[in-house]
Amino acid sequence: MEYILIIISAVFINNVVLAQFLGICPFLGVSNKVNTALGMAGAVTFVIVLATMVTYLIQIYVLNKLGIGFMQTITFILVIAALVQMVEIILKKVSQPLYQALGIFLPLITTNCAVLGVAILVIKKEYNLIEGVVFGASTAIGFGLALVILAGIREQLELVDIPKGMKGVSISLVIAGILAMAFMGFTGIVK
Amino acid sequence: MNQFQNFTKGFIKENPILVLVLGTCPTLATTSSSLNGMGMGIATTFVLIGSNVVISLLSNVIPDKVRIPAFVVIIASFVTIVDLLMQAYVPGLYEKLGIFIPLIVVNCIVLGRAEAYACKNSVFSSFIDGFGMGLGFTMALGILGAFRELVGSGSVFGHKFINGDGILVFILAPGAFMALGYLIALINRFKRT
Repeated sequence: MEYILIIISAVFINNVVLAQFLGICPFLGVSNKVNTALGMAGAVTFVIVLATMVTYLIQIYVLNKLGIGFMQTITFILVIAALVQMVEIILKKVSQPLYQALGIFLPLITTNCAVLGVAILVIKKEYNLIEGVVFGASTAIGFGLALVILAGIREQLELVDIPKGMKGVSISLVIAGILAMAFMGFTGIVK
Repeated sequence: MNQFQNFTKGFIKENPILVLVLGTCPTLATTSSSLNGMGMGIATTFVLIGSNVVISLLSNVIPDKVRIPAFVVIIASFVTIVDLLMQAYVPGLYEKLGIFIPLIVVNCIVLGRAEAYACKNSVFSSFIDGFGMGLGFTMALGILGAFRELVGSGSVFGHKFINGDGILVFILAPGAFMALGYLIALINRFKRT
């Protein structure tokens, strides 16, 4: 039951993009086509789950043990950068099709604040390892959901006559605002 | 380009948020009031100046192949300094900005300036560049924050101007997206004419 609460809360109520403002750059950057959005969502899910696990273990067994909690930011970002690089290399060797699908998105993920954000939030909320991984995975699903919805809308937008100044980022932000409003409707499902 | 132009380019012409659209996450998240927005802007400015100066000092020492990880470590060190300083001296603001202070590390503006400017230019120019860009960022955050606070609760910097309730949605998440969207549209409109 607890896990279901975490999942619903992370996917719908506290949606990582639309309610917590994490990962907006890729949200605006790669939401032109549904296909690329799906690829990005897959890559992010993969990295977030892995990064949450590794950073959690490092926090508990290294930083806390040595009493150097203030090194959290530096350690986490380095671990995430190394992890992304490693995933890229392994994927290239092991699964060529998956690499082709996710390849171009992987380097971008290092600077996706959702990854570092989730890693820090898991520590802040004092989850245990399983809860942390569930939270990370559902956050990533929430990110994918928002990304795919926006991409779908933006594909339709190509047929619409938009005022000159509103083209591009501007109209996407306004749409994201309306989406966020829709997601606010989920508030109150879970306390 | 002289130093003055270098300093002022971040204000409007290359404003990191309104024109380059970098670092949108902290922009949207911390501008629920003008004070929070400015606080975030100042913290980022400090990191920008520090990382720009150190990176331009070390640009000859850092091997080209590992420059991105090296930059990230330098930036992360400054973020940690800001994090600890704010925790000690402005605990209220620190609580409000919360997770977005450590997240300055992944703010594209900081790494962007390091990569695009600081590693190729002199220490002084990099300092000016970081300062100007930081001020442009702070300004954009302040304007957005003031607008949202004014519409959302009728006050600016905590001073109440309009009596009665505001349009609450502008303080909540949807208002952030819309306010920034329209602000960028406005800037585009003026740029074209």
